[in-house]
Amino acid sequence: MFPTPIDKTSRSWQLSYQALLPVALIFWLLPLLAVAVFSIKPGADFTTGNYWGFPTSFEFATNYGKVFFASDMPRYMLNSVMITVPTMIGCVVLSSMTGFALGVYKFKSNLWIFFMFVAGNFVPFQILMVPVRDLTLDMGLYNTIPGLVLFHIAFQTGFCTLFMRNFIRALPFDLIEVARVEGVAEWRIFWYVVLPLMKPALAAMAVLIFTFIWNDFFWAIVLTQGAESQPVTAGITSFNAQYRAAYHLMSAGSIVAALPPVAMFFLMQKHFIAGLTLGAVK
Amino acid sequence: MSSSTEAATQTSWYKRNEIAVTPWLFLVPGVAFFLLYVIYPIFSSINVSFYDWDGLGEASWVGLGNYEELYWDDAFYTSLRNNLIWLVLYLLAIPAGLFIALFLNQTVTGIRLYKSLFFFPFVISQVVVGLVFTWFYDPSFGLLNQFLGVFGIDPVNVLGDERFVTYGIIAAGLWPQTAYCMILYLTGLNAVDPEQIEAARLDGAKGWRMLWHIIVPQLKPATFIAFVVTIIGALRSFDLISIMTNGGPFGESRVLSFYMFEVALSEYGFRMGYGASIAVVLFMIMLCFIAYFLYSMYQDDKGGR
Repeated sequence: MFPTPIDKTSRSWQLSYQALLPVALIFWLLPLLAVAVFSIKPGADFTTGNYWGFPTSFEFATNYGKVFFASDMPRYMLNSVMITVPTMIGCVVLSSMTGFALGVYKFKSNLWIFFMFVAGNFVPFQILMVPVRDLTLDMGLYNTIPGLVLFHIAFQTGFCTLFMRNFIRALPFDLIEVARVEGVAEWRIFWYVVLPLMKPALAAMAVLIFTFIWNDFFWAIVLTQGAESQPVTAGITSFNAQYRAAYHLMSAGSIVAALPPVAMFFLMQKHFIAGLTLGAVK
Repeated sequence: MSSSTEAATQTSWYKRNEIAVTPWLFLVPGVAFFLLYVIYPIFSSINVSFYDWDGLGEASWVGLGNYEELYWDDAFYTSLRNNLIWLVLYLLAIPAGLFIALFLNQTVTGIRLYKSLFFFPFVISQVVVGLVFTWFYDPSFGLLNQFLGVFGIDPVNVLGDERFVTYGIIAAGLWPQTAYCMILYLTGLNAVDPEQIEAARLDGAKGWRMLWHIIVPQLKPATFIAFVVTIIGALRSFDLISIMTNGGPFGESRVLSFYMFEVALSEYGFRMGYGASIAVVLFMIMLCFIAYFLYSMYQDDKGGR
């Protein structure tokens, strides 16, 4: 292990390390902690200039209550869920199929198709913006949730295919060979042999997609407008315009908007990190 | 077995060509979708960049006109320059991530929670990160200036000052990006070969020498991925700029991706063709990196099955 394990070092070094950890963490998360404190302060604290002092009263319930019951936030949250969940499902379905095809079979254009997905996944969004917006308009899906979902599924399929294909390649190929010798139909191999083995990869991918799509801002503002279809990232900016200097409400709103991916991360941490670091260990 | 009798009675064309046909059946939906929404739009954008078009009316062919205009456009150069600054400074996330990973790579009680909490900034939306940092930099009450005040430094309006604005936004972007690189390196460090470390220790290597000659070479896969995601993140930077400054002051914090959006889809106008030409330039820059990434992957893949 590198650096030297802390329990093999001197006592004073151990103690300073233990002390340094929380200090470093507080510095690292300082801007976020500030927002958390903002979100439980009364609005009056800001008008009197008490930004960093102790809250004069704890207004947790009032502030968060306002966000939930007196703003468009719940609507935006619901939209985000309605965009994120179908995208997750669509990506899992499409990419487990493409990943299977590219990971298991040898055919001439295999690598080229794979590279098409990978390259497409790296492309800057702006080169897609004008045509995708037109396409969505033409299909009558501009400013609708399905309009966003369809694009997200298509685009994320690039990343997910990369992910699934590499995962399937690392599986023991013998299993598939044996099944073939037994005369199992190819689609059954997919369904009964490969798919069960892919479960951890599917979980990892689903969490990643959830985070990516929940946090997407660019496509939300390109393909939608207004509270009826915009997700929470775009919603929070209109919230910002509405409550300009109401820092306590803005903070509460931001925290609410940030919470679902955070919760997802803590619940599925192992999968999440496995997904992000795919390929980082060889 | 029923499947064998089936195969015997109807050795259909599909059955005979199963292994050749199946991959295509599995590929069709994904590939079709990807072609429609990603590949076709790339070429379509390149085509649009040769037209003058407001997105609604008739498009008129201007050939290289848009690119010629770009050549004389100061705002384009400001954006390009900022893109380069982003590219260079964003890479700081890699050593910073390695540093934090080394700091946290210990086994003490609660270290797992520390690692997760250090990763926090990456999980939250860039929109929220942007808002948080806007307050952090606020000249009248922001934490940064409170902090500088302790050292007797006058308040700095980071986001309102054209000299600092891009650096201020990059610093905000480095926060989540460093967290990402940290996680990559923490995973990489787990896989470092302990025997090599022991051997190097016996040879008297420690500290920097150990890090540079023994550890870093073994972290190469993690560094490669960190490099890929950081470069792409730098060139995709949009959310933070849009939230924190909207390109200002005086357009000084624009990058190509933001300028393109501004030209094509904001109150400044709906110049789709001109916007598309900016996007093409950005795409060409990205293409250099994509080609390099694909080449590396190809080299890697040849070793595989």
